[in-house]
Amino acid sequence: MLGTGILKGMVETAKNFAGSYHDPERLTTVEYPEQRIAPKENARQFPMLIHDTEDPMKGLRCVACQICEKECPPQCIYIVKSKDKRADYKGQMQFYPATFDIDISVCMSCQICVEVCPFESIKMDTEFELSNTDRFGGLLIHKEQLAKSNEHYRKIHPADAAASDAVLAAEVAKAQAKAKADAEAKAAKAAAEAKAKADAAVAGPVPAPATSTAPQPTSPPAAPAA
Amino acid sequence: MAEVFQAIDQFPVTLKTWLLGHAAGVMPEWALPLLSAALSITPILAVFPLLFALTTVIERKGLGRIQNRRGPNRVGIPLTNIRLAGFGQFIADGIKSLTKEDIVPRSADKVVHFLAPIALLIPVLLTYSVLPFGRNMVPLDLPQTGLLFFFALGASTELSVFMAGWSSRNKYSLLGAMRAIAQMVSYEIPLILSALTVVMIAGTLSLSGIVESQAEVRFGFLHSWHLFTPWGLVGFFLFLTAAAAEANRTPFDLPEAESEIIAGYFTEYSGFKFAIFFLAEYLGLFAMCGLGITLFLGGWLPPFKFLGFIPSWCWFLGKLVALILLFIWLRGTLPRLRTDQLMGFAWKFLLPMTLINLFVAGLWHLSVTSVPMTVRWIGGFALLAIPYWLLGRGFEAKVGKREYRFAN
Repeated sequence: MLGTGILKGMVETAKNFAGSYHDPERLTTVEYPEQRIAPKENARQFPMLIHDTEDPMKGLRCVACQICEKECPPQCIYIVKSKDKRADYKGQMQFYPATFDIDISVCMSCQICVEVCPFESIKMDTEFELSNTDRFGGLLIHKEQLAKSNEHYRKIHPADAAASDAVLAAEVAKAQAKAKADAEAKAAKAAAEAKAKADAAVAGPVPAPATSTAPQPTSPPAAPAA
Repeated sequence: MAEVFQAIDQFPVTLKTWLLGHAAGVMPEWALPLLSAALSITPILAVFPLLFALTTVIERKGLGRIQNRRGPNRVGIPLTNIRLAGFGQFIADGIKSLTKEDIVPRSADKVVHFLAPIALLIPVLLTYSVLPFGRNMVPLDLPQTGLLFFFALGASTELSVFMAGWSSRNKYSLLGAMRAIAQMVSYEIPLILSALTVVMIAGTLSLSGIVESQAEVRFGFLHSWHLFTPWGLVGFFLFLTAAAAEANRTPFDLPEAESEIIAGYFTEYSGFKFAIFFLAEYLGLFAMCGLGITLFLGGWLPPFKFLGFIPSWCWFLGKLVALILLFIWLRGTLPRLRTDQLMGFAWKFLLPMTLINLFVAGLWHLSVTSVPMTVRWIGGFALLAIPYWLLGRGFEAKVGKREYRFAN
């Protein structure tokens, strides 16, 4: 009959109303500034810059490649590249950001900067209490505030941080392997050169008359030296 | 003891006569009617806006609890840590709406845009002038036309709603105003027809006369409220439904429909003009509830004779608060209707039901002396329940597989 559904609904809401007073389990919200829910691992707010060393400014992973600045859809990142270079975590000489600003009043937390960064340098932070009385300057975050340690990243996003660490470790391992291979190749080359020199020294008197007697473009005995 | 209670009951009246008596010697004679009017208006302007302010907090808290939240519970007395369970919220809201920028669209009709909230608030406040709030407490007793005056003023709110929607020069405003007009015009008819039953039985349009017609005592303890009759019971719920639609309350809040048309006809209103709209809407709801109380719930009369010692205006306010709480409860329960459902409900269900109710009330009145009580009751309920069941069949919720006619 018409109206029975309304009555059923009213009973349901009355149960909720009375239940929310005597059964705190029902309440889905907490009283925020005093009580807090532990942040979810997938939470993200605004980007941060990861650093590895004690001094945040010296250990920034960012090499000021400006890919994030170019990819950022709302154009909220502003980077100025340094004039000099310094060694990065692999020991390679790189530029570093002289200025790195993010306007969080413009940022839309899309995480595209994180996805394009080839250096595992920019990641999403979970800090959300960023309200400020200065709506222009106060919401422009500089690299000093953006710099967060890798430990912080491991704490807020353990799974992502582990993946990121693995990538970096692989990079380092690759770099070391390459360096080793290079060193070996260099050593081999040096040995080969030395050997060729020695060979040439042994067979020295033989080609000497040949070059003087016949004007050939290359000297066949010397060719396999490389 | 009885004298004390009677003194409390009549306190506002005695205070007014005392003040007028003292003013008579000091003020010129032409100013006395003005003073008398001012003294009648002041309590209305003090009590009902305050009730509105408290209702906004209670509504938010109640809706929160219905949704298993706490609702506002922070704002108390400023500069202290006293929270008052959030009942200071309305002061903060008021200060906010007072200090907000008043934005008028550049292409709006500025004069009409400015006048619309005033044109809504004034008729709503005027409707309070004919409501009997207590024994001997009716600011403007119109013995011939009380109810007519109320409905005439209630109908004039439609104009201001359309003024707001039209002058804003905004599609959403205009859509909201058009919805509001369609809804208010449709529901005005069942509203008036359901009230007409009472006029027919009581034989008067005066609202204080209608209250007195319910003062008769049955079985030695029960006041003969019109609610305690078959036609009165059905008529009260028909009236309440139509009143909810007239006051744009859920489930009939299509003119505002936040999820569809932003805020309907007050989309382009901000700051204090918006607050005035909000106030007028709630005051309109209170006035409608007050009229329902006067017509069906015995006005300021207690339900039982032995409870008569409680002051009459307390009964009126108590019933008013109970009805407001019922509307809040309904708002927390029911979803919004669709426009065609709304119109269909008004014309296919409410209108026939009110006409049948009118017929039953007529039969009830004619059979007072000739037919025994039980037969009248059973007959009256049968005459109302069968059409209710027949008419209601088409409006039941159909749960089943949904067919998308145009998508296939």
